[in-house]
Amino acid sequence: MKVTLSEENGISVIGIEGSIDGKTAPVVRQEIAPALESAKKAILDLSKVDYLSSAGLRLLLLIYREFAAKSGKLVLLGISEDIRTVMSHTGFLNFFTVAGSKPEALQALS
Amino acid sequence: MKSRMESSGLDSRIDYYPTHEHQGIRFRRGRTLPFGATVVPNGVNFSVFSSAATSCTLVLFRKHEPQPVAEIEFPREFRVGDVYSMIVFDLDYEDLEYGFRFAGPWDERVGHRFDASKIVCDPYARVVGGRDQWLTKPDWDNIYQHRARLAFDDFDWEDDRPLEVPINDLVIYELHTRGFTANPSSKVSAPGTYAGILEKIPYLKRLGVNCVELMPIFEFDEWENSRQHPQTGQLLVNYWGYSTLGFFAPKAGYAATGRFGMQGDEVKNLIKELHRAGIEVILDVVLNHTAEGDHRGPTISFRGIDNKNYYILTPEGYYYNFSGCGNTLNCNHPVVRNMVLDCLRYWAADYHVDGFRFDLASILGRDQNGAPLANPPLLESLALDPVLHKCKLIAEAWDAGGLYQVGSFPAYNRWGEWNGKYRDAVRKFLKGEAGQVGEIATRIQGSPDLYYYRGPTASINFITCHDGFTLRDLFSYNDKHNEANGENNNDGANDNNSWNCGAEGETSDEAVNRLRLQQMKNAFCLLMLSRGVPMILMGDEFGQTQHGNNNSYCQDNELSWLNWGLEQSSGELLRFVRMMIGFRRSNPVLRVPSFYQGRDYVGSGKPDISFHGTQLWSPDFSAGSRCIAFLLCGRHAEGQQRDIYVAVNMYWDGLPYQIPAAPQGERWKVAINTSMRGPDDILETSEAPSIDQQEVIVGPRSIMVLVSAPRA
Repeated sequence: MKVTLSEENGISVIGIEGSIDGKTAPVVRQEIAPALESAKKAILDLSKVDYLSSAGLRLLLLIYREFAAKSGKLVLLGISEDIRTVMSHTGFLNFFTVAGSKPEALQALS
Repeated sequence: MKSRMESSGLDSRIDYYPTHEHQGIRFRRGRTLPFGATVVPNGVNFSVFSSAATSCTLVLFRKHEPQPVAEIEFPREFRVGDVYSMIVFDLDYEDLEYGFRFAGPWDERVGHRFDASKIVCDPYARVVGGRDQWLTKPDWDNIYQHRARLAFDDFDWEDDRPLEVPINDLVIYELHTRGFTANPSSKVSAPGTYAGILEKIPYLKRLGVNCVELMPIFEFDEWENSRQHPQTGQLLVNYWGYSTLGFFAPKAGYAATGRFGMQGDEVKNLIKELHRAGIEVILDVVLNHTAEGDHRGPTISFRGIDNKNYYILTPEGYYYNFSGCGNTLNCNHPVVRNMVLDCLRYWAADYHVDGFRFDLASILGRDQNGAPLANPPLLESLALDPVLHKCKLIAEAWDAGGLYQVGSFPAYNRWGEWNGKYRDAVRKFLKGEAGQVGEIATRIQGSPDLYYYRGPTASINFITCHDGFTLRDLFSYNDKHNEANGENNNDGANDNNSWNCGAEGETSDEAVNRLRLQQMKNAFCLLMLSRGVPMILMGDEFGQTQHGNNNSYCQDNELSWLNWGLEQSSGELLRFVRMMIGFRRSNPVLRVPSFYQGRDYVGSGKPDISFHGTQLWSPDFSAGSRCIAFLLCGRHAEGQQRDIYVAVNMYWDGLPYQIPAAPQGERWKVAINTSMRGPDDILETSEAPSIDQQEVIVGPRSIMVLVSAPRA
């Protein structure tokens, strides 16, 4: 699992690589905390996430909620068809703004 | 799950630190209640009861691994009373499976069957792994087949809550989670799952039902008693699932997300979305026995934890079999009673379930020796429980031990019943049996003979359910045809009160098929006109057939799966059913939660209900009669304007029926006539033809419903 943080035009871009499960979720949370601290808008790029467990999904929702609570705006980018299906079946999808591409994500944040 | 690792505020307890260690795993004395596995700060609290064990060992696995990672015996000081509890720290919640070993006596005569060589599942496990995907071949060598896991239980319900639809307004739709969409003709993206039902919500809404009753969704083993058909080689499995092995765990194999262990969230999402569509959820719960069978069955949980207390045993220490499934849960033992209560509270509070239908509920009223109780503590507790107080409680008021309590189930003014007498009477009447008219008059009023003190809403009216013929088969077969079950057609009920309408099974005879369709319409018509709570079986609305199989419990294939192709090809019947449900909805007089009184108590000049025959005011209740008519006075029900006149003719010839004068300034309109082909069989009142004559011909084996409407 690897986290990369960058910034584009005032938008925080957080990339996660590998799998997010019960073990890595707390680490992910810790590592992306600084990026969300100051940002108002953020893209969470999951296109390189190969496995997202139940704990991973819960982490996403937690981050999303915390960010939204301080009036931030967060978009999920690049979730695989598999993950999308799981999120849809369990209702998680309803809570997120999801973008299929980077321009779409930027659009959703503008 | 929010980690409290870093929290150090006043919300953290000062005693949640480890005191013991075993092979690097740190633990301490736990909290006695609640039972089961509960996530606590930094750890998991395990608590389990056994009255006669000499010791208990917690067995920890990593998910899916065949061998345990650790076994920790509960130190003597961790036991309070008969409860063993322990907090284990630093566990990976997601990767954990756990079980117990209980040491204790094996002495059949006193009822003890402890076996420390077996790992048993926590009776309170909220997720049970091992059968994560439907019919995926298990590893039979695995020493721990049904594996307790932790549940997150943090689903975000937003503002959802149980709907609390008045029970008199319900139209219940009984469905099998897998069978509803398993057939590819359902065209859903996740066939045979909770998520599949999700995609069919628009269909259910359009049908007009406002409650789904899910056949068992507690974890069971579809492989239980699985076998190959001796002739055809077809795999036969436990498809229905009336064999619980985890009372707190949703069936993983019914979840599209079961392989991720997310079945709990999937069920909750389904319930939330059903609620959003105005549809309640009732669970068919099997609390009368467990999947452990009799003395020859597997030790999964209860047998190895406290056999003597969990089961009703014979004086010799064998299992009483009031369930017909090998054993009987000892429901009125205080410990078991509390487990049942905890279980239902959990489903009501954490899953927002709207009600329960209790399989073989009469067992819940037996004492610890199997004798029926006058005031069963369990039934009373359920009826008066604060958490369950708005839940619908519906009993299958009989058991396989010969107790038949339809009309006499200990109800505490709360319980409804599957009205088996309604089913039998309507079936006999519809097939043209003579001498049924008197009973039919009682049944369509909500069975005041059975439920005088409880009111008609105690009567769950049904003509078909999963158990027995489908409605189409009821009018296509004189006899059951269960050969596919591999038991030489010996299984399943023989007293079906069915009639094949002139040919056994599928036929190309146009007249026979017409009559069958008409009979199905008659059935839906009577059901929707009856006071009480109507329940329909999934697929009956478009003529699902099981080819004469009246006991499809083991058929996980096209025989039981809904054939959605019928949605198109049986459009005439489906339209009739939708409109018939709509008719019930738009006529409150049919849904009043109290009984008709047979007198005028609003000053309209006529009684709320009056019975007639082919002649006005002359109902024929004689032995040879097959005709009845009744007039419902609209002014006796709030929100109802129209009078309704129903003429039912189950004679094989058309007969002239006198009809009463329409109310002043109104005329009769023919809203329903089951002898007509669609779309003239049922019409919106605005489109229905008016009649002015004083007599109508009601066709053979048909029902005509007139509604009054102002003259234009």
